[in-house]
Amino acid sequence: MATMADFRTSEKSWWCPGCGDFGVLAALQKALVELATEPENVALVAGIGCSGKIGNYINSYNLHVVHGRSLPAAQAVKLANRELTVLAAGGDGDGFAIGMGHYMHALRRNVDITYVVMDNQIYGLTKGQTSPTSDGGFHTKSTPNGNIEKSVNQMQLAIASGCGFVANGLSSNQKQLVQIIKQAIQFPGFALVNTYSPCVTFNKVNTYDFYKSELVNVDEDPTYDRHDKFAAMKMLMEHNELVTGIIYEDPNSTRYEDLVKGFKPEGIVNQKWEVDDETWNKVLAQYK
Amino acid sequence: MLKEVCWQIGGEQGGGLDSTVEVFNTVASRAGYYVYAYKTFASRIKGGHTDFTTRLSTERVQAPAAGVNLLVTLDQESIDLCARNVYPGAIILADEAINAKLPEGIDAKLLTMPLNKLTLALGNPLMKNNLVLGASAAFLGMPIDGFKTYATTRWGNKGEEFVALIHKSMQEGYDYVVANWPELRLEIEEGDGKERLLMIGNEAAALGALAGGCRTVFSYPITPASEIAESLVKIFPKVGGVAVQMEDELASIVACIGAGFTGARAMTATAGPGISLMQEAMGLAAMTETPVVIVDTQRGGPSTGMPTKQEQSDLMALAYGGHGDSPRIVLAPGSVGELIPMTAEAFNLADNYHCPVLIASDLAIALFQQTVEPEEAKLSSMPQINRGPLANPEELAGLARDVFQRYSKQVNENGVSARSLPGIKNGQFLATGAEHGAFGKVTESAANRVYMMDRRMRRIQNVNTEAVRYFGSENADIVVIGFGTTVGAAKESIAEIEAATGKKAGVLQIRLIYPVPVAQIQAYVKGAKAMVVESNATGQFSFMLKGAGYNPANLYSLLKYDGTLITVEEIRNAAMAVLNGEGQYFVSGGGQGVRKAADPTITLAAQEA
Ligand SMILES: Cc1ncc(C[n+]2csc(CCOP(=O)(O)OP(=O)(O)O)c2C)c(N)n1
Ligand code: SF4
Ligand SMILES: [Mg+2]
Repeated sequence: MATMADFRTSEKSWWCPGCGDFGVLAALQKALVELATEPENVALVAGIGCSGKIGNYINSYNLHVVHGRSLPAAQAVKLANRELTVLAAGGDGDGFAIGMGHYMHALRRNVDITYVVMDNQIYGLTKGQTSPTSDGGFHTKSTPNGNIEKSVNQMQLAIASGCGFVANGLSSNQKQLVQIIKQAIQFPGFALVNTYSPCVTFNKVNTYDFYKSELVNVDEDPTYDRHDKFAAMKMLMEHNELVTGIIYEDPNSTRYEDLVKGFKPEGIVNQKWEVDDETWNKVLAQYK
Repeated sequence: MLKEVCWQIGGEQGGGLDSTVEVFNTVASRAGYYVYAYKTFASRIKGGHTDFTTRLSTERVQAPAAGVNLLVTLDQESIDLCARNVYPGAIILADEAINAKLPEGIDAKLLTMPLNKLTLALGNPLMKNNLVLGASAAFLGMPIDGFKTYATTRWGNKGEEFVALIHKSMQEGYDYVVANWPELRLEIEEGDGKERLLMIGNEAAALGALAGGCRTVFSYPITPASEIAESLVKIFPKVGGVAVQMEDELASIVACIGAGFTGARAMTATAGPGISLMQEAMGLAAMTETPVVIVDTQRGGPSTGMPTKQEQSDLMALAYGGHGDSPRIVLAPGSVGELIPMTAEAFNLADNYHCPVLIASDLAIALFQQTVEPEEAKLSSMPQINRGPLANPEELAGLARDVFQRYSKQVNENGVSARSLPGIKNGQFLATGAEHGAFGKVTESAANRVYMMDRRMRRIQNVNTEAVRYFGSENADIVVIGFGTTVGAAKESIAEIEAATGKKAGVLQIRLIYPVPVAQIQAYVKGAKAMVVESNATGQFSFMLKGAGYNPANLYSLLKYDGTLITVEEIRNAAMAVLNGEGQYFVSGGGQGVRKAADPTITLAAQEA
């Protein structure tokens, strides 16, 4: 069985000391170990950003795509070989600015992948511009007079768009985050794992302390029913998405893969692709 | 008895004309005729003029006819627009109800038939089309039974009564013509009865994908590419594949890269606007050395351009588009039939050269029905699936992790090294669009950069594929160079050029657009005059040829960019002008014939300097 060491790489980290992404990476590795997955059976597709570098630090099959497009690639990886554990990962800009067009559709398509967002409410790699999840009034290099746009509510959006698993973690709360990621991977369909992953260099407002004092943890609330969509929406709205835990889970999720006509349980890559004469002739017959 | 006839029908878009034409073409094909069917249509669903033309012949035909023998018109607009293209003495059949008038100066017989009245009597508006089919069969001397048989199989599920009504309508149309114009006949020689296939290029591409082992398609609807995915979504349940309609082309191409990285054979199909959106990710495929196949059904550009009109103006975008330097392979089919094995082969090339393989189809190949010989669609003659260099799972299992180098310097003769696929133990690596070293880890070392750039570009120096095909006379005085739809007209022009000039002519079909097979082109052209015929305004292929070192002094060109197909007559006229020494560069179209032009591949600034 694989250990933490098996999921680590020798690559020296490019992340700043204290960056939230370290915690997300560690929790992800721990979850994979606890689920008894092997590195060769994990495919991780990452976007562009500081967060997108996560693939450099995890020993798995890693595809580092262009900015904003981790989701289309990750869904296709799963469709090409559904026997794999498929993860997508990236930042708030990657997912909800340039990649927003893909996010919406991955949510409603429900391919069985897990999407881990490292939300630091800022653009890290480009050195501190506003992000779609930045709060109103937030001062950045591109909003010197304060952000005058409203922020994206990615978790409410997910629920509204039919996503069956919506969770949020804090990178420093390892115990909870590991549990969340494990359940997300086991969920039969598209699972959103948003994480607050502080950028210690460019975001001096949304810090570890900020999140610790603001976050409401639904996992610790015995009265909270995660299968209740309306309660989930209310919770997210009331607390401006500063909620952690598994916020919504659909007990009746059906994977996209299970709805594709004629789709087989065996991964496409492991099938024989040669067409037999009978099939070929049947197809040709319509052109006669 | 005629060896070939050209039948045309014009009316309002959305009025069911397309299914009438489908019946006509299928029946003609089943009777053993070769069919080439083309159409004029607009980017709207209902209303507006549309016309369909079918050239049927006892010999292979692959280009528009020079004229029309029988024109069936359902409105005056169709007469106004189409009557100019009829052969002298042609028959124009119109609905009596439209009070048809023939424009002045047209040598044709205008006949009217009470289509509306007869349709009313039959009690079903759909029957007008069947009356038309019956009447057409009578004029062309095609047995009406072929039409009836087709109707029985096609609409049998709608009940005996309905089929009987169709039969009755076809017969009435047929009998009306026989009774009223017993002398007027355009009889075509009997077809040879051989069973052939009739399909559009998009269907051929889908068949090629099926044969080539493609089981994942990610695309976004666009004219004229949509039928590729629409065909595969019907086929895939039989073989366990999946065709996903993505949210856009950005997603489509990146999804193909994801599937390709995983080891599946993936394809996307699009047209110019989609190609523009895919450029960034084509670089990603090249950088990560991931196989992907992209079909581009070129249409009038730039921007929205002319979505329903023919053009071949994406060549530059396909070969050189996007930022940075990256390898691609660009193929072009010369007919619908050729697209079947070519698409299958594209997947082998992608797996062996580890870079994007693009197929430069064009609107007329994509959407116009052509006869396909059964031999061209034989499963046993399709390229065998060849996965290219793959890591051996047993071998890797015996190694430790971090030993396998995805971007190893041990490359094969194509300049690529084996790839590992997710699921293979100890094959884990990072595939990244950032510059990287042997294990895929990011590095910006200058020496590594030079190695990696050379490694990527070197692979397309020698692409092993049938790059060109030559037709016509040996030691020709003029060689017409073409690709895509233009090849059909070029081939038919050989005899006409030779008859008109007394000189020898040949056609060199370019199947590998990029990397430009310049040495092979030179070897075929030898001392002849080379005339490139392409459907674009800037002579894109000529430009690429010059860039590849072809002697510009011996490069002649004929361009057309008005949205219509290049005709046999235009190629002949341009070839005559070239052989007479009248000029080097010619354009045609836009209501004018072939005329001299300046070298379009030289920028205005350079000309002024
Ligand atoms: C097409 C394109 N546009 C812009 C960029 C520049 N860019 C790189 S990362 C990034 C934003 C990163 O922000 P986020 O996704 O939040 O990731 P973080 O660095 O904060 O983890 C941008 C704009 C790019 N790489 N590609
Ligand atoms: S800039 Fe911010 S997000 Fe990027 S590595 Fe540093 S702390 Fe992390
Ligand atoms: Mg960010």
